[in-house]
Amino acid sequence: MTQAVPPILSITPSRALVDEKFQVLVENLPPGCPVTLHSLHHSEDKDDWEAYGHYVSDHRGVVSVTEDLSFGGTYTGKEPMGLLWSMRPVPGSREGLRLRKINVCTPMLVNISVHSGHEDFRDRTPLASALAERWYMAPGVKRIDINKQGVQGTLFIPPGPGPFPTLLDMWGGGVGLLEYRSALLASRGYVSFSLDYLRSEHLSADVEFKYFETAFNIIRNHPQVIPDRVGILGISLGSTVAFNLTAYSTIIKPRCIVCISSNHYHPPGTTLKAGFKILSKYVLLTVCHENLMIIQIIVTNMYHRHFHKAHFDENNYMSWRSFGLDLIADPSNNVEVGRINCPMLLVNGCDDQNWPTVETAEEVARLLREGGKEHLLSRLAYPGAGHLIEPPFSPHFRATKFIILNSKKKVILLWGGHTKAHSDAQEDSWRKILSFLQLHLYHSPSVKAKL
Amino acid sequence: MQLSLRLKCLSVQPSRGLMDEKFIVLVQNALPGSQLTIRALHQCEDGHSWEAFGHYTADTTGTINVSEDPSIGGTYSGVEQMGLLWSFRPIPGSKSGLRMRKKNIQTPMEVTISVYQGHQTEGFADLVPLSGVAVERWYMAPGVRRIPVTEGGLTAALFLPSGPGPFPGLLDLWGGGGQLVEYRAALLASHGFASMAIDYLTAKITMETGKMVDNQYFETAYRVLQQHPQVCGSKIAMIGLSFGTSITLKMAVYSEVIKLSAAVCISGSHVQPVDGSVEEILRFFQKNGEKTRFSEKNEVIWRDLLLPIPTDPSLKVNVGRLQCPLLLVVGEDDQNWPSQESALDIKEMMARAGNSHLLTVLSYPNAGHLIEPPYTPHARSSTLKTVEIEEKVMCLWGGQTVEHSRAQEDAWKKMVVFLKENLYGGRNPTSFSHL
Repeated sequence: MTQAVPPILSITPSRALVDEKFQVLVENLPPGCPVTLHSLHHSEDKDDWEAYGHYVSDHRGVVSVTEDLSFGGTYTGKEPMGLLWSMRPVPGSREGLRLRKINVCTPMLVNISVHSGHEDFRDRTPLASALAERWYMAPGVKRIDINKQGVQGTLFIPPGPGPFPTLLDMWGGGVGLLEYRSALLASRGYVSFSLDYLRSEHLSADVEFKYFETAFNIIRNHPQVIPDRVGILGISLGSTVAFNLTAYSTIIKPRCIVCISSNHYHPPGTTLKAGFKILSKYVLLTVCHENLMIIQIIVTNMYHRHFHKAHFDENNYMSWRSFGLDLIADPSNNVEVGRINCPMLLVNGCDDQNWPTVETAEEVARLLREGGKEHLLSRLAYPGAGHLIEPPFSPHFRATKFIILNSKKKVILLWGGHTKAHSDAQEDSWRKILSFLQLHLYHSPSVKAKL
Repeated sequence: MQLSLRLKCLSVQPSRGLMDEKFIVLVQNALPGSQLTIRALHQCEDGHSWEAFGHYTADTTGTINVSEDPSIGGTYSGVEQMGLLWSFRPIPGSKSGLRMRKKNIQTPMEVTISVYQGHQTEGFADLVPLSGVAVERWYMAPGVRRIPVTEGGLTAALFLPSGPGPFPGLLDLWGGGGQLVEYRAALLASHGFASMAIDYLTAKITMETGKMVDNQYFETAYRVLQQHPQVCGSKIAMIGLSFGTSITLKMAVYSEVIKLSAAVCISGSHVQPVDGSVEEILRFFQKNGEKTRFSEKNEVIWRDLLLPIPTDPSLKVNVGRLQCPLLLVVGEDDQNWPSQESALDIKEMMARAGNSHLLTVLSYPNAGHLIEPPYTPHARSSTLKTVEIEEKVMCLWGGQTVEHSRAQEDAWKKMVVFLKENLYGGRNPTSFSHL
């Protein structure tokens, strides 16, 4: 019995950090052979994610994902990392899924295989496959649970003698504590603290503010932290935190801040959690009751005037964008960003459907200009990108399931973005965020504000 | 107020790599023109510490790139991208005769790379580095599986590449020190070969019965590999180093069962009593024991035991009958086996028989006996306990570190291409030329 000798599929490097590129190469194919490269990942939530590209081997029998064009699949064109960023749930999966790694101490495993043919490639067993490990933590990075003076979160410390420049990493609302970006930042040389700020109920805005200040002090006093090189990185609601603390705190003086998908809506006297709960209640009511009259009677807070602005797209996905626009129209509801005195990088997707982040960024720019502080601001606005601007090569989610706080109701929230443009934005913005942080947190004190 | 801190940024890319992959060590944000030492530290499984270091001067942008800039002192000099690995040596005060070998290949080799102010040569333990990173070096690629093999009385370990297969197979043999040495087989599996590392001198069956294995032991290994559902039974090669070469050549030429698609022989010889068992071959070497020489440091030199190369055909494997491609790897400063003289004789024999088109010889000046996977630190001599002698001796292997390290890198690359062409190829001979 003769056995056909298979092609060889290699991934270089086979172990890498999630923001590093790899080269996928198939050799020993017949020349001019149509094949499909397929990636598969089984997530922690037990869903399967995949991407694929259709290729034709050259006359040496080689397909190089780095060099060759994909003729179709979940991505087209010359896309070295397409097998990662164009991943989506396999057909038949539940709706509105999102891929996020919770355990950052283990790598994300991606199986890449090559199949013969283009259509119906799935019906055939793969010709060859290889496994790639994608890590959020570089070797030597230490992960430490923090539960001190009421402050909870996870701290990541880079390898080496230290001390290091440091980042407070603030996530958005409704997700719980996500560690992966902090782990990645520590792998890039920053002590990084992922703060859990939505878990507990704070009695008042003052108490909540103190929570942040206590967190900042704990971190600043850590032996591995350089006290005057602490920055804040926030996404979505996390950017509200960044703006709020930097504008008003006498204790928290970040050396620089990065706000992704900027949001400066924070009515004075409200806690973030309360504001978020109200928002969730509004969402819950909008989903449950079609009769606007009933909603207006039930909810007796400042939001009710804007209900009619809730927007559902043709897929019945909910967008908060127009509703948000109305809310931020009243400047008394917003953080006085004009008070900020440190370099700031704002990163936005122009197709953000979750929050009017572009308008927010415009407003921030205007306020700083008025205060003669425009030199502090750098802005990145990406056409076609949505709200969830994550580390590079993460799959794009145009809309995902959002579980409303304290209820069993789910709604599909529209984040926006078109996959290719959004993925390019993730790659470009991460590189620029890292160089902004390196300039302000690593380099010598003669600070240059603009990138 | 805080003094202007110049925070040195040290990075090693990739931070996790296979043992035969290169990395780029970069220092940034140093004071232009400043003198810095980059040092690697590794603690091996038996607790010994190893170090390597280079002396650098930061350029006008405050950068040092180890793959582009020269080291002007330390354990290596010149532009040496991987010098921090291959020039590893035991730290001062260590006992002599050490050799770095990893036993547990399912975990990575952990190396700490740090940068220090100035050009330092000693006392690193008392200095505080400016920056440090951790690097992992793996013998097993993700998805490679290790399967212990005990059927047929074998003491072996099979490494299967990830993927459906079937894969070409490889039998991997080491030398007179015995033990089950797995790292090369694990690394070859990471390149797509179903590789079986075999212990044939200190196998369980030998330790229990006191009897050396016979020829059937190797044929059993071949059959087990051939019959594995994920192995392409018609594409099996054999690789041997040192005494492993003796077994490989014998099996390649004389075995009725073993039909090899290719053979790789490193630092070995074809001189042996033809038709002798493992035990008989070992006794033949011992008989010539009085030809043992000693270096000035009293290191044992065994290369003369098989010299001069005999003319008697009953004392040499008849390589003229070889039917598969053979790659010979020779260190010209091999002090343990007469591999260079043997290679020349093999070449002659094959030329006379008309099958020299099957032969490729890679001969490296100033390389020694232990031609290992790339970046393995060179041991010019080390303590050895063979199956024949009870006490440990200090064995001279030979080789000059720089040339030996280059030889390892070059030989490995060519060996992998040779194996791929003979086991995977046949379709597009140029398809592996990028390696």
